[in-house]
Amino acid sequence: MDNTHLLLAVSGTLFTLGLVGVIVRRNLLVMLMFLELMLNGVLLSLAVFTQLLGVEAGAVLMLLVFTVAAAEIAIAVPILLLLVRAGHTLDPGAYGGLKG
Amino acid sequence: MIETVFLMIFSFGALVGAVAMFFLRHPMRVALALIGTMLSLAAIYAELGLHVIAVFQVLIYVGAVMVFMIYAIMLLDVRDRSFTERFSPLLVAGLAGLLLLLGVLVDGLLRTEPVAAAAVNGDAFRVGAFAIVFMDEFWVYFALAAVLLLVAEIAASAVIDVRRRGGDAADPGKENGRG
Repeated sequence: MDNTHLLLAVSGTLFTLGLVGVIVRRNLLVMLMFLELMLNGVLLSLAVFTQLLGVEAGAVLMLLVFTVAAAEIAIAVPILLLLVRAGHTLDPGAYGGLKG
Repeated sequence: MIETVFLMIFSFGALVGAVAMFFLRHPMRVALALIGTMLSLAAIYAELGLHVIAVFQVLIYVGAVMVFMIYAIMLLDVRDRSFTERFSPLLVAGLAGLLLLLGVLVDGLLRTEPVAAAAVNGDAFRVGAFAIVFMDEFWVYFALAAVLLLVAEIAASAVIDVRRRGGDAADPGKENGRG
């Protein structure tokens, strides 16, 4: 297994662990962190291909994704704060009334 | 050879942090495990020669996103069922999905041939060279991303403000100074 395959395997494993973490954990904050883990897994594969192909556009795209991730957290955390203020719990099962 | 050893060490560190996130109970410890994973990824980026990305991984992810997350954890120290019971009822289904996805991943990697890297200019991703290319060719996208970040900040403020006004409207006595 060469370095590229090693890093792609790590990238896929991080994404898989993040996806499963979102499904199996019960805490909304922890689920948010697993979403970040998924994004980091995807970014690792983007970094590998950027280095492989030697294009600066890939690094620029990664920088822009970093910015979007910061914006995502800036929106997600206030929404979470409001949810917890209304429901007094971090258990996503308590917010089943939001569906539909 | 030494590069491969370092990549293996940091890859192992990233995976250990990710697996630890599953089993740690307190969100603060989960956040610290995630920070460890992010720092390992930054080291991998630096080892690949992507120095700019390694710097921004530390500055933006560890320095901004995770600090914001830690503030939220400190603010929401709720000890309810989400704290006492780590896993949801979907644990078995989630683990089955994990094994399935990892199986597909291993199968896909075993079937592919070794990848030949293109001839890369090693200095292309150093901070100085990258900054010149970035501000010369990609500054419009950077400005658009900055606008997006500003819109997100305004939206976050608006979400909180709408909630506050909604609370005042629901309690008119409070608004008249009788609450």
